[in-house]
Amino acid sequence: MPEPKQPEKLIDEKGLRIDGRRLDQLRPIKLEVGILDKADGSAYIEQGKNKILAAVYGPREAHPKHIALPERAVIRCRYHMAPFSVDERKSPAPSRREMELSKVIRESLEPVVLTELYPRTMIDLFVEILQSDGGSRCAGITAASLALADAGIPMREIVAACAVGKIEGKLALDLSDAEDKYGEADLPVALVPNSSIA
Amino acid sequence: MLLAEPKHVVAPGELLAEGDHLLGDNAYRIGTQIFSACVGLFEVDGNRVTVVPLKGGYIPRVGDLVAGRVIDIGLSGWTVDIRSPYLAMLPASETPGPRGPRRRDLSTTFDVGDMMLSEVLAFDRTRDPLLTIKGPGLGKISTGRVVEISAAKIPRLIGRKGSMISMLKNETGCQITVGQNGIAFVWGKSPENERLAVEAIYMVEREAHTRGLTDRIREMIAKSNVVGEIARTQTA
Repeated sequence: MPEPKQPEKLIDEKGLRIDGRRLDQLRPIKLEVGILDKADGSAYIEQGKNKILAAVYGPREAHPKHIALPERAVIRCRYHMAPFSVDERKSPAPSRREMELSKVIRESLEPVVLTELYPRTMIDLFVEILQSDGGSRCAGITAASLALADAGIPMREIVAACAVGKIEGKLALDLSDAEDKYGEADLPVALVPNSSIA
Repeated sequence: MLLAEPKHVVAPGELLAEGDHLLGDNAYRIGTQIFSACVGLFEVDGNRVTVVPLKGGYIPRVGDLVAGRVIDIGLSGWTVDIRSPYLAMLPASETPGPRGPRRRDLSTTFDVGDMMLSEVLAFDRTRDPLLTIKGPGLGKISTGRVVEISAAKIPRLIGRKGSMISMLKNETGCQITVGQNGIAFVWGKSPENERLAVEAIYMVEREAHTRGLTDRIREMIAKSNVVGEIARTQTA
């Protein structure tokens, strides 16, 4: 599949974006939990054309043993894009970008999980992008926090994430792939709705 | 002041109550407000607010009855899998037989793969749980059926003051022992009785969060007894 061409305009005369949304509109979201049998907790999210699976295993015995912490559980996170998730085949090996996003997702969820209840254990979190359409890290965070809740892991709150960006000089919510590529800015935000620990 | 409906499902971060309440399990406080910390049923017991989780693993507590499987034999004891994030140790000194290392072949008492019923002797945040099989009914289990369910459903399987489990024992005619870690042993007079008891236990696990479960289970057992009898008379 050839790379889609840059659209002439990201916002039309009526103020609508290329997929027909207003500037403050989200893409349609579909969420499901508990869809993987073998995982302790799992969730699936569709946000626009994003399709993302998240799975949680644990708290379980920390392996390798030396990563265990005496006072809390460690959270490991792997954000991974399937080779078929984008137009051009992506190498399945973890890229720089994926490693950074793994870290970002882990750090966005660590403050809400009550890790101090499970010392010397480990919680594994897998975020697998099956189809990518921009903003997959945010959708991934939302799915991952649902999977954590589904696993019965005590947490302060469920984390929700969304990006805000700038396209043709205007602020727009929840950028799609094209808007992210050809727009001017992208700012992903993850937050907990009612406590102040964001 | 309660701000959520008792006996209803709540999610993490949901506001449960405000003001003078005691903090139970799976709830936390910010200022005067109390929030839920997990997905579960909101329960109010007097002044205490708790959330009973729908899912979750087993965290050992001293005095718990747990079922375990031997996964390794060491010099002075056994390593036992009790389906928790922490591996348990059963020291040889907590079993009958001569003391001291290398006095006997430990695999004659418990071999790898053996199941046991034991009690948690000691456990805290810093050390792995220690088990003991000193006590009535504890020790190696070599007969019966093993039923594994989620540890979060064990309180429901036992029921208030043991109502559910005693009903199951009476109606199925089986001897049932439940470990707090989500493993139950079932011994019955016949394989059909055992199968019925196992089916009932799985039903408790599936429908633990619903009301009137005890009656529905009793009904299910009664119905399948009828079915079993019809089948028996037809073959006879």
